Amino acid sequence: MKTSRREFLQSGGALIVSFSLPLEILGQTTQLNPKYEELDAWLAVGADGMVTAYCGKVELGTGIRTAFGQLVADELDVPFDRITVLMGDTDLCPDQGATVGSNSMYRGGPQVRQAAAEARQTLLAMASTRFATPVETLSVKNGIISDANGRSVTYAELIGNRQFNRKLDQKVQIKAAEKLGVIGKSIPRVELPGKVFGSHAYVHNLRLPGILHGRVVRPPTPGAMLASVDESSVQNLPGNVRVLQKGGFVGVVADREEQAIRAANALKVTWKSGRTLPPMKDLPAAVRAVPAEDKAIYSSGEIDSGFSAARTTITAQYFVPYQMHASIGPSCAVADIGKDSGTLWSPTQSSFLTRNSIAAMLDMPADKLRLIWTEGSGCYGQNGADDCTADAALMSQLAGKPVRVQWMRHDEHGNEPKGMAMAMTVKGGLNENGDVIAWDYQVWSPPHSSRPSGDGGGNTLAGTQIGKPMRIVPVGADRNARCTYTFPNNRTTLHQSRESAALRASALRGLGSPQNTFANESFMDELAAQAKADPIAFRIKHLKDERAIAVLQEVARLSKWDARPSPQHARSVTGRGAGFCHYDNYATYVAVVVRVSIDIKTGKLRIPYVAVAHDCGLIVNPDGTRNQIEGNVIQAISRALLEEVQFDSRGVTSLDWNGYPIIRFQDVPEEIAISLINRPAEIMTGAGEATTSPIAAAIANAIFDATGKRIRSTPFSPQRLKAVLV
Amino acid sequence: MPITLTVNGKQHTVLAADDTPLLYVLRNELELNGPKFGCGLGQCGACTVHLGDVAIRSCSIPVSVVDQPITTIEGLGTADNPHPVQAAFIAEQAAQCGYCINGMVMTSAALLKQNPKPNEAEIRTALDGNLCRCGTHMRILRAVRRAAGMTA
Ligand code: FES
Ligand code: FES
Repeated sequence: MKTSRREFLQSGGALIVSFSLPLEILGQTTQLNPKYEELDAWLAVGADGMVTAYCGKVELGTGIRTAFGQLVADELDVPFDRITVLMGDTDLCPDQGATVGSNSMYRGGPQVRQAAAEARQTLLAMASTRFATPVETLSVKNGIISDANGRSVTYAELIGNRQFNRKLDQKVQIKAAEKLGVIGKSIPRVELPGKVFGSHAYVHNLRLPGILHGRVVRPPTPGAMLASVDESSVQNLPGNVRVLQKGGFVGVVADREEQAIRAANALKVTWKSGRTLPPMKDLPAAVRAVPAEDKAIYSSGEIDSGFSAARTTITAQYFVPYQMHASIGPSCAVADIGKDSGTLWSPTQSSFLTRNSIAAMLDMPADKLRLIWTEGSGCYGQNGADDCTADAALMSQLAGKPVRVQWMRHDEHGNEPKGMAMAMTVKGGLNENGDVIAWDYQVWSPPHSSRPSGDGGGNTLAGTQIGKPMRIVPVGADRNARCTYTFPNNRTTLHQSRESAALRASALRGLGSPQNTFANESFMDELAAQAKADPIAFRIKHLKDERAIAVLQEVARLSKWDARPSPQHARSVTGRGAGFCHYDNYATYVAVVVRVSIDIKTGKLRIPYVAVAHDCGLIVNPDGTRNQIEGNVIQAISRALLEEVQFDSRGVTSLDWNGYPIIRFQDVPEEIAISLINRPAEIMTGAGEATTSPIAAAIANAIFDATGKRIRSTPFSPQRLKAVLV
Repeated sequence: MPITLTVNGKQHTVLAADDTPLLYVLRNELELNGPKFGCGLGQCGACTVHLGDVAIRSCSIPVSVVDQPITTIEGLGTADNPHPVQAAFIAEQAAQCGYCINGMVMTSAALLKQNPKPNEAEIRTALDGNLCRCGTHMRILRAVRRAAGMTA
């Protein structure tokens, strides 16, 4: 069984870069992994000296394929271009958990790095035996080990195409910061040229011989039950159309893609009415009204006596609506499900958990199902990828043929799990010195992730539709609910509601952190204004953590911050605002400054300038980090200014890009200035999400600086801004 | 009825029904996977190809009305012989997930053909109908400026 992994290696690990491999290799199933504690589970050296690193994390457009290659190249002392990183294949790769929470570098990186360090140590020991000389007398460069007498041997000669047969002991030291050579360099992204020449192998490009094209037909209303399907409505259409139905699931397959689309549009399906959604204008109240369990997130001092001692007390309510992942490519997946085993090609963020969930849905043992992760459109959390993979799997099982399913634009907009709507209330008390002495933070939200996670097959739409059980892991609502500032009396409470007030939701970049940070950082500004203090100095006064203080000082320097209280003396059309976040209270530190200009007549906001100071510990690839930060800034501006999923009593009405506009070139900033604070001795904490969190508050704070008016709900649309400004 | 098309300098005869959007023919019959399906509605630009010298949305044009040669990103340049716009996108590392990049490259190449020295506003206007969710805009703008010789 290990042979096929070898064969795979000898084929140059080409599966991920081309689909021209023989099908036997593409579809070969159910070899067992070497146990993950074996070094061989993580790394292999070919006879040609090429190195393959296996990892369970996947590339979501964030550059971790390149960053992981850098970790391996540096620890192993092999040139970067000899490393291939193979990702997210359940038969070939170790299970490193889902690629989520901006924690690939934090959690996944060290495992890969450690394996490379241990491989190097093992190779040194082998060379030491061969030359009968102590390891200390050996040196390594470019995969060649040399001794003091001028003898040398290559990694390929020592182990090429053979196994290490060694358990990881986790004792080998990784390189000290000053010895790093590849880590810390802006190595160009390995898969980027393919993306620019149109040759990159997205899952959307994969076609197997005899494949059918599938499309799903879903009810407009969440929870609606199937009443009837009129198969005669597609009877005369070309393309050998077949209707596939099981429980409440309905799909069609046809020979050609355009034929499947036509059939899905033509198929007459009747649904029994589902849930009635609340009117959008009542959503903030509805979010607060869902029955909830109260959870103490943090507590210090005694909140009531804190407020009794306060000279000034203020309260504010904030709201963030449902938002979308809004991937540019709608989800796509390919499945080839046989009677006893099957293969999935999926752009999921969670190869193993999704494979397990779908196996349960198909009533198939998980080890008979292989999921080969294949890159899709950027997802920023759980977009439709997992649901679409389940659709393809179920349709392939029902059709007995390989099936490719690509969601239509309305499927993705309508059915992707949304980013959660959240309501927050903050009450703060200042003493006579302008110090915050009491802080009472409350947030209303259900858990944020409904992704496959040890469920009985029901954590996908298709699985739910055929009646499989769900399992929700309660994460995300409290992310950054607790702020980083130190107050003598702080009570932070999560009202964890049982279900989403209107729409099905799951993890969207940052989970609850952007919403909580919008409230925390807006309110910190409100208190600073009460205290007539400079907003950045006010924040620093309430911080103890040196790295937090450092990013705020750095962003002030970078943006040439003019220290003074907000708002400005005279009402203005321009303003500046700051925001800060210590992501997830353990990871990356980020501080931002945003400049806005406001057209008072139309309410239109422009953001010409954003500055970011960013500390994610050891930086593996500075340019890749900047790319991520820029992406977070622009996406977060889009979310803050424009984005709100529209729905009526029956379901989502934002079904295309007109119904859910996102930022365009005319509206992106003129400049995004970035200062990276590199801390080589600190752990890597990632750049995938942190910068999103403080942006909305920084914009609201800049609006306040210009106009003296507070805006406490996103999006900051022209209508809402005009209403606030009058 | 078989339809004849010239794509990337080669003639092809395809079997699709007349009203099939060009995009499906390019991807599924000619296996030119560079152009992407994003919306099928003419709203995002992911499917952009050149009809003659003009950037068009291949999702919204029936294959039977194509009356000029088509160029896809595969025909624009190759790793060995990149188009200046492609070289600039690589130099600026202008991609994240890359799903939108076909449209960005093809729209920029058409712009520079018509207007070799566009100013900032002209670049932003030309690209305004191309959506990118990853937020790669700053790099894409830098790449177009670079390809136009506006930066080193
Ligand atoms: S796919 Fe053609 S414009 Fe969106
Ligand atoms: S790079 Fe991902 S959509 Fe533009």
